[in-house]
Amino acid sequence: MKSRWRLPLRIVALGYLALLVVIPVGSVFYRAFQHGFIAAWDAVTTPDAVHALWLTLLVVLIAVPLNTVFGVGVSLILARHRFRGAWLLDAFVDLPLAISPVVVGLALVLVYGKTGWFGNWLAAHGIEIIFSFPGIVMASATVALPYVVREVLPVLQEIGTDQEQAATTLGASSFTAFRRITLPSIRRSLAYGVTLTTARVLGEFGAVVVVSGAIAGRTQTLTLFIQDSIDNLNPVGAYAGAVILAIIALVVLTVLGADREGRKAKWRSRSDQSPSDSEMPLPSTTSVLMSPMDH
Amino acid sequence: MGPSGGGKSTLLRVVAGLETPDSGTVEIDGQDLTGIPARQRGIGFCFQHYAPFRHLTVRRNVAFGLEVRRRPKAEIREKVDELLELVRIAHLADRHPSELSGGQRQRMALARALAIEPKVLLLDEPFGALDAQVRQQLRVWLRELHEKISVTTVLVTHDQEEAMEVADRLAIINEGRLEQIGAPAEIYDKPDNEFVMKFLGPATELDGAWVRPHDLVIHNEKGIGGQGAWVERITHLGFEVRVDLKLDDGSSTWVQLSRGAAAELDSVPGDQVWVSRATPSKRQGALTQVVS
Repeated sequence: MKSRWRLPLRIVALGYLALLVVIPVGSVFYRAFQHGFIAAWDAVTTPDAVHALWLTLLVVLIAVPLNTVFGVGVSLILARHRFRGAWLLDAFVDLPLAISPVVVGLALVLVYGKTGWFGNWLAAHGIEIIFSFPGIVMASATVALPYVVREVLPVLQEIGTDQEQAATTLGASSFTAFRRITLPSIRRSLAYGVTLTTARVLGEFGAVVVVSGAIAGRTQTLTLFIQDSIDNLNPVGAYAGAVILAIIALVVLTVLGADREGRKAKWRSRSDQSPSDSEMPLPSTTSVLMSPMDH
Repeated sequence: MGPSGGGKSTLLRVVAGLETPDSGTVEIDGQDLTGIPARQRGIGFCFQHYAPFRHLTVRRNVAFGLEVRRRPKAEIREKVDELLELVRIAHLADRHPSELSGGQRQRMALARALAIEPKVLLLDEPFGALDAQVRQQLRVWLRELHEKISVTTVLVTHDQEEAMEVADRLAIINEGRLEQIGAPAEIYDKPDNEFVMKFLGPATELDGAWVRPHDLVIHNEKGIGGQGAWVERITHLGFEVRVDLKLDDGSSTWVQLSRGAAAELDSVPGDQVWVSRATPSKRQGALTQVVS
């Protein structure tokens, strides 16, 4: 790259980022604290706001582990087994990303709602899914379905089965081989997949608004609380809620991303001093440098 | 040994338990292991690309089999040190595989496989990914190591020279079939068929039969006998001299001579010569000469 292009390119890149992310997010922060910290604090410590926060965190705590286990499982199946319809499974994993979250929510209502396919059976057994907590978890898990698979699958395919088979010949059970060989190999990509999943679940609005009914103090998540605050002319509540959402996202990104960065640096310094005929270390997976606020 | 795609690696993987045979049994020391899973077979396996555990140090790589077996820490440490010493990478114990050269990784993989004290050691193209010089060194080293540890070792290769150098017994595999099995010299001298003949070394045709070009002799006097031929070309290849011949019946063959024999023959292209198979006694003499 010629050096005379460097400065203009940087200005364009930073300008783009500023217009799309920094200025809008910054103004949210500004508006939240426009009337002082106390006002903002009061707005997010109302019972409804606190409930929305806990509900959101609870959804994350359930939906993210579910998707992590599912994502790793599906990745292993797709990477390690050849079977008919593998392409179909592969495509279905992406489906929630392709269709609008609102449609995902509607689909869940159609199946699990009072008049849905399983509606009678569920009602007879006293199980409430739609307009209730399980529905919110299901909607959140569905829209965030692809992230772990899309991060982990390429890495599994890249590392192949040699290391696992070597572990097997050395006496490891398949579980031991997975825990001690495969899992450490996919660790970085898994951490990133989990980060993206968490970000998506935290910020999900469309699917949740359809299945939850957005009942304040009951089925209102943080994003729904923000929407509700705007509707009820409570801008400070909306902005302060947005700030909390952003802070949680930043914490998640830092905690899960710290490991990734640390390991990246370690790999980088290693490859510098490795002998000439050695292979390069694992290339980093699709390094999408997205902030969770994008979702 | 056999050409690529002939089923050598598959056979090795069947022995290790990484593949299931459609028929037949795997027996080691008279014990049927066909239904036993790979992890219980106690077979050391070195993969073609070494399959290093990339996230573990050299020491932890070698220790893996012992850690899985839950051996005491002190015992593992002692054993791993011993093995690293044996394969001469003790000074690299705390490095990661990405910091090793190909040859060093190969030796690490070997130490890792030996750590579980395998009944049999399987090596899949162990030198395939290394450059020629390193390959030569490792081959000699492996032979020495094998004498030291004396574990029955099955090595898969497509390289004739490598096979002849390291093997006590040689099995030739082609297109999924076992063509011949025996001592290297025996197979070289008495190949069962044309494929083995051609695969193991240079071969040429005389009187419609395959023969080694160094098993042919040339005279330039008619009286001794043999088939009449004309010298087409003489190529000096350092130690050996290759003489291409056109026979009276129109077919071609070539003869491999030592430099001395070529000088003695003193022919130029276009000369008439007589070619015949060396008598066994003569060949024996030639062989001793080469060996000494």
